[in-house]
Amino acid sequence: MTVRILGSTTKRILSQLGHDRRTVALLLFAPVLLLTLLYYMFHDVPGIFDRIGLIMLGIFPFVIMFLITSIAMLRERTSGTLERLLTTPIGKLDLLFAYGIAFGLAAAVQASVVTGVAYWLFDLSTAGPAWLVVVIAIANAVLGVALGLFCSAFARTEFQAVQFMPVVVLPQFLLCGLFVAREEMVGWLQAISDVLPMSYAVEALQEVGAHEQATELLWRDLGIVAGCVVVALALAAATLRRRTP
Amino acid sequence: MENAIEVTNLVVKRGKRGVLHGLTCAIPRGSVTGLLGPSGSGKTTLMRAIVGVQVVESGSVTVLGHPAGSPQLRSRVGYLTQAPSVYPDLTVRENVRYFASLYKGLSAADVDEAIERVGLADAAGQLVSTLSGGQLARTSLACTLVGKPEVLILDEPTVGQDPVLRDDLWNQFRAMAAEGTTLLISSHVMDEASRCDRLLLIRDGDLIADDSPAAVRAATETTDLEEAFLRLIRAREGVPA
Repeated sequence: MTVRILGSTTKRILSQLGHDRRTVALLLFAPVLLLTLLYYMFHDVPGIFDRIGLIMLGIFPFVIMFLITSIAMLRERTSGTLERLLTTPIGKLDLLFAYGIAFGLAAAVQASVVTGVAYWLFDLSTAGPAWLVVVIAIANAVLGVALGLFCSAFARTEFQAVQFMPVVVLPQFLLCGLFVAREEMVGWLQAISDVLPMSYAVEALQEVGAHEQATELLWRDLGIVAGCVVVALALAAATLRRRTP
Repeated sequence: MENAIEVTNLVVKRGKRGVLHGLTCAIPRGSVTGLLGPSGSGKTTLMRAIVGVQVVESGSVTVLGHPAGSPQLRSRVGYLTQAPSVYPDLTVRENVRYFASLYKGLSAADVDEAIERVGLADAAGQLVSTLSGGQLARTSLACTLVGKPEVLILDEPTVGQDPVLRDDLWNQFRAMAAEGTTLLISSHVMDEASRCDRLLLIRDGDLIADDSPAAVRAATETTDLEEAFLRLIRAREGVPA
């Protein structure tokens, strides 16, 4: 890896995002809009928003960054810019990490806005501090980026790429403990839930909800999410081939 | 003259179909070599093999003394893909600046110079998605030129450009070769062939001519290169000219 190339590639990806005002607006305000719906849905039932709203703060960035990254990387592959880049001194990890950093930064802004709205406008209450929620949301966003980079290798068109969203994201969403507590699931569902990284991100958020201080379980869960990011990035690097048929 | 590129018995298959069947050629340093042939003849495949992004079946490709695609070649070999490969959601300058950043020691002045070279100084701040097809192709060319590579592999760099600009670009290619750069340029416009030092004509994956434009004309007893190539192809296929 080269710091100069990593930096300029991150800047390039952020400039691309910056030129696309509509995407920036969607990134910032779509999660706020969804959170608003959720708030009024459970307005009259005390305690529900504190549980579900909190978990959604971790799920939004994962889903959105997964989608954005898989399309952005697919564009690099189909437009020929990836082939061109691989004939230059750029390293594969320069490119992958640049996506991770650039979209991770975008996710940090997004998570701060939506978390701010949740706490100040909608009176979200958690035992632990808000900054931990933002940290977990960013980790989840970077997980979405890493999985998106990997999955884009298996799509040839944008039609196919968006189909990975239900395949990769929905099972994690269903089994993460939001609808049914993980310990109440039948054994085989629990086993699947145990190997899906989002289960740990959600558990970490629930820890912030229940405890004043960051618990050991929270750090372990964050560690697992970070480990999954590394594995997904390594797999993504393996799909980047300089030589193609 | 020393060779910048040496291709020996290169065999490339795409799917089950053979694209190149044991092609051998050498490209001298500091020259402009034209790669000519009809669409689908294997021009792009040969170029991809030289920059080291093509999976090859057998044979060898050596560039500046190293196997094609070696890490040490990546800052010394520039490749222009046939379809413009730049970022449509960035401006011309942002694109060139980004590709410049991948090489060591290039400044903002180098970026401006590359944009100037392809005649896009007036459009430097424009988003690439708003450019015409010719301007788009030239943005892609500027991104290749900015790294000042010793070997330039250009896949149809002048397609769709107006005649004045095409002439200007060819003058620049000649000037770069005079400074020691090796250029391999594919084209299917025959009038460009006369501006090359050497010509490689490939058809259906086989090399059917590898000579100077003058020698090709002499061998086929015609002054018209288009006619010369027709005669070469017919001679090979045993059809009377």
